[in-house]
Amino acid sequence: MAKLSVRDVWKSFGAHEVLRGLSLEIDKGQMVCLIGASGSGKSTLLRCLNLLEPVDDGEILLDGQDITDPDLDPQPVRQRIGMVFQSFNLFPHMTAVENVLLAPRRIRRKRREELLPEAEALFARFGLVDRMGHYPDQLSGGQQQRVAIIRALAMRPEVMLFDEVTSALDPALVGEVLDVLRALKAEGMTMVLATHEMAFAREAADKICFLDEGRILEEGPPSAIFGAPREDRTRGFLARVL
Amino acid sequence: MRRRSLVIATASTALVVAAIVLLVPLAPGWERVQKAFFNGEVFWKTFPGLVKAFLVDIMIFAWCAPMIAVLGLVIALARDARSPALFPLRLFGMVYNDVFRGVPVILVIYLVGFGIPGLGLPRPWNSPYIWGTVAVVLTYSAYVAEVYRTGIESIHESQRAAATSLGLSHWDVMRFVILPQAIRRVIPANMNLLIALQKDVALLSFIGPVEVLRQAGVYKSLLANFTPYLGAALIFLAVTVPATRWVDRMIARQNAARS
Repeated sequence: MAKLSVRDVWKSFGAHEVLRGLSLEIDKGQMVCLIGASGSGKSTLLRCLNLLEPVDDGEILLDGQDITDPDLDPQPVRQRIGMVFQSFNLFPHMTAVENVLLAPRRIRRKRREELLPEAEALFARFGLVDRMGHYPDQLSGGQQQRVAIIRALAMRPEVMLFDEVTSALDPALVGEVLDVLRALKAEGMTMVLATHEMAFAREAADKICFLDEGRILEEGPPSAIFGAPREDRTRGFLARVL
Repeated sequence: MRRRSLVIATASTALVVAAIVLLVPLAPGWERVQKAFFNGEVFWKTFPGLVKAFLVDIMIFAWCAPMIAVLGLVIALARDARSPALFPLRLFGMVYNDVFRGVPVILVIYLVGFGIPGLGLPRPWNSPYIWGTVAVVLTYSAYVAEVYRTGIESIHESQRAAATSLGLSHWDVMRFVILPQAIRRVIPANMNLLIALQKDVALLSFIGPVEVLRQAGVYKSLLANFTPYLGAALIFLAVTVPATRWVDRMIARQNAARS
C-alpha cells in the first residue's frame, strides 16, 4: 500500500482551478520530486497534503486513511506530515532551539528539559549545535532553512514535504540544504519536494512528476523523464530550465 | 548649510516670541486676562492642591490601563475568530467596536456613570469611580482592540502556515506565534492611546471624582480666578509631553530597525 495516495484531487481559488483531477502515489521511503512551471500547482498540492488548504474534491489517503474527511481532526495528521517552506518561516521572536521545541512542548506535553537532548541531537547532526541560542535574523539563509527542517523533524513526522526549499537561498548556500535532504533520504524518510533544482532531482529522486495545469502530465524515474520525456510539454519545460 | 538653517530658525522664533510679548499686552482686555489667568499668587496657592488631586488621575489611569490592555485583547481575539461556529463572537466584537468608537467618551461616561448607579445600587456599588472606570475601559478597549487587530493582521500568513503545519492548535498558533509578534509591533500605537487615556481620565470629574480638573474648578469658584486651570494644564503637559517624546523615539527606533 502506498504511504500517501492522492486521488483525483481538485482545488480552486475563486474561479482559478489550480489542481484539476491530480492523482499521485507515494511509497514509503520514496523521494518524489514535483517539477513544472510556476503556477502548475506544485505548492498547492503540498499545502493540500498538509491540510493547510482543504481540497474541493477527491481524496488523499495517508496509510489508507482518508485525511480529507472534514470530520477528521487535522492536527494529528499535520503532526505526521512535516512541511518546510521556501521562505523558512521561522518564528523571528524565538531562538533556533525555541523554534524547534515549541511544537513538541505543546503537543507532546513534555517539559523542555525532557525534549532538549533529542533537539540537541538534531542540531548536532546538521552541524548547528553552536547556533541553537541564535535568533533567526542572526543566521544565514542556509542555516535558517536547516533549522526549519529540524523544527519539522522534531515532531518525528512520517512524511516530509519541501516547498522549493532552496529557491530563496544564495547559490552558495543551496548545497548545505541539499545535503540535509540527501541525509534524510538515506535514512528512509518519505519525502515530497517541489523543486527547481533539476540536477538534484535527477540525482536523488526515485520518481519525478511533471505537473502541468494542475495535473501530472508525466511521471517516472529520473532517467525516463530527463532522458526520454514522452510529452511535448515536458520536453518544452525541460528545454527551458536545463 | 545646517548652521544657516539654525540661524534662521532661531531668528524667526525670537521674532514671533517678541511679537507675542510686545503685542498681546497692547490688547484692550489684557489686564483683565492677566489677572484672571496668569495670577502668580493664585497659582502658587493652588498648585500643591492640584498636584495632590492629580494623584487621583494617576490612580484611575493606573487601574484602567491594564484592564484596557486585557479587554482590548479579548475583543481583538473575538474579532479574529475564524470558525463559523464562533461567528456570534465575531459579530459581537464588530458591534462593540462600532458602538464604542462611534460614541464620544464623555457620553459613555454620563450614560454609564449616571445610568447604572441610578438602578439604585447600594454603596459602594454606586461609586462614580467604579462606573466611570467601566465607561473609560469600555471605550478605550474598542480602540486598543483595533490596534491589536492591525498588529495581528500585519503578521504574515506564512507564520500561521508554518505554525499550523507543525500540528499546533489554532489557539496555540495565536498564543505562541502570532500574538507575541503582533503585540510587540503595536506597542508604540498603544502608547499613543495611553497618552490620550491619561488626559481623558479627567473627564471622570463630570460624574463626581475630585481629580485635578474638578479641583481646579473648585479653586476657580472659590477664588474667582481661572489661574488654577492653567496649573492643571501645566501638570498634564508635564506628563504627556515627555511621554509623547518617548513614544516618538520608540517609533523612530522601530522604523529604523525594520528598514
